[in-house]
Amino acid sequence: MKELRLMKGNEAISEAAIRAGVDGYFGYPITPQSEVLEYLMAEKPEERTGMVVLQAESEVAAINMVYAGAGAGKMVMTSSSSPGISLKQEGITYIAGAELPCMILNVVRGGPGLGTIQPAQSDYFQAVKGGGHGDYKLIVLAPASVQEMYDFVELSFDLAFKYRNPVMILSDGAIGQMMEKVEIGEQKVRLTDAQVKERCPWATTGKDANRERNIITSLDLDSNKQELFNVKLQTKYKEVEANEVRYEEMQTEDAEYIFVAYGTSARICQKSIEIARAKGIKVGLLRPITLFPFPNKRLLELSKQVKGILTVEMSAGQMIEDVKLAVECSIPVQHFGRMGGIIPSPGEVVEALEKTYL
Amino acid sequence: MAENIINNDIVKEENLVYKKTALLTDKALSYCPGCGHGTAHRIVMEVVEELEAQESTIGVAPVGCSVLAYEFMDIDMQQAAHGRAPALATAIKRLYPEKFVFTYQGDGDLAAIGTAETIHACNRGENITIIFVNNGIYGMTGGQMAPTTLPGMKSSTSPYGRDVESMGNPLKMTELVAQLPGTYYVTRQAVHTPAAVRKAKKAIKKAFENQKLKKGLSFVEIVSNCNSGWKMTPNKSNEWMVENMFPFYPLGDIKVPEE
Repeated sequence: MKELRLMKGNEAISEAAIRAGVDGYFGYPITPQSEVLEYLMAEKPEERTGMVVLQAESEVAAINMVYAGAGAGKMVMTSSSSPGISLKQEGITYIAGAELPCMILNVVRGGPGLGTIQPAQSDYFQAVKGGGHGDYKLIVLAPASVQEMYDFVELSFDLAFKYRNPVMILSDGAIGQMMEKVEIGEQKVRLTDAQVKERCPWATTGKDANRERNIITSLDLDSNKQELFNVKLQTKYKEVEANEVRYEEMQTEDAEYIFVAYGTSARICQKSIEIARAKGIKVGLLRPITLFPFPNKRLLELSKQVKGILTVEMSAGQMIEDVKLAVECSIPVQHFGRMGGIIPSPGEVVEALEKTYL
Repeated sequence: MAENIINNDIVKEENLVYKKTALLTDKALSYCPGCGHGTAHRIVMEVVEELEAQESTIGVAPVGCSVLAYEFMDIDMQQAAHGRAPALATAIKRLYPEKFVFTYQGDGDLAAIGTAETIHACNRGENITIIFVNNGIYGMTGGQMAPTTLPGMKSSTSPYGRDVESMGNPLKMTELVAQLPGTYYVTRQAVHTPAAVRKAKKAIKKAFENQKLKKGLSFVEIVSNCNSGWKMTPNKSNEWMVENMFPFYPLGDIKVPEE
């Protein structure tokens, strides 16, 4: 029988991490994601699976611990919320530059600065466009339910190791804090050190006589080599774009308008569709599940069918730029959003759609 | 003619007085001639060789002059962001508790930008070894003032000498971490004379062996010279170090485990 539990999004992440056989979690408290570390500490994962859980002295230290754990071939992760994720950007660019697999959870809250502890989606640019210095990309997953918080942990690590690239789960304070029914998966056994060596022949697992030493670094002072490395990274990102686009559609078949929204906003848009359709407005939803890679191709197809797009974001309008690029500005694309930790109501989304297009 | 004599009569096994450890690569060191880093690298790798620990040692290189330490040390290594080496070493050791894990850091890296990571790794009592090379200056970036620069000492960012009123006093990190319950062995050494090198190597060996005891962090400071940054000849810089650095940073054990 399937095991079902009522959990917060933040707790689902932690339970999924233990069950997925994650080797290490390194974190630092910040609202609204502190339950991730609290749950892990309460669960004693060192007894359940041997997983290492450590409360670091700062977000900066925590992300650098992730760099090292990933560099040693282990499945490691961290979590934080917006101001903490800003602090982690140094480590994240080093991780991308050293091509290390790991998972980073951002339970987004409103900004800028210390902002608010209420949910927002205003870290889209930071997550999707790199965030730190240099030309790099994270693979970004956007859960819209507690179940997806759970499921995306294992998916993150699959993608991270497949591409040797950091993966970010871009959630928000609503998904992190709300409780929903979650189907729990089987407990996976953590890899042995021998299995780690086999999976990650590049990792610093200790130099034996059979191989050259392994070095984890993002440094190459030779510009010609550094350019070649950058070309290699960009090639990898193209491959990710070709293979890993994920999205969900609702009632797009006959849609004259569509919402494009992810995470909490997408959940709100589901209700907005009901309200709008009851009024006779044929509207659907495209929900990007991967924010990088972005569902450009599908959006371009839909642009031939619909009269206009309304992006709904809990921000001043960030994803809208990618939507405009995807449809090559061939149809009107407008934004509706609330900021500062305000979650829009389904009704005001419908009102915005009517005001914009009808 | 003279060359033949050297080749045939002097280079013999029985005349061999020194041999580079196999755990240093053949890559030419990137350090300025006269700098202590080369010797410090050598004795760390000699210790790893003597412990037969090439396979079971993972090192962490810093940012600074020794950023390329991984080019010279023939072991698996990770290069850390500036100051973060103790955070890296923490994670590696926690995930591989049976490996020897060490960081090799300079004073800008360890005592300025990495102060938090250093203090907290020490305070948690991580079972790692920190090698801290203190030459009182930022060498790599061209001789700027470091947290360890002596009062009155000139650098490119304290061109009239370090004014403690406005620039603060030098930070004695080694005495500071010795106060923390998580440190097990804390010592200050040097590598400017053969006798000092022998003592420093012994300290490093002890610091590595301590990891097996799982009783906390071992911290070895090596007070060294920076003849380029100090704008002196190598010999003069070593004399200056003895006369000026050692009184402020006295050599010897600061915290020794009770037997």
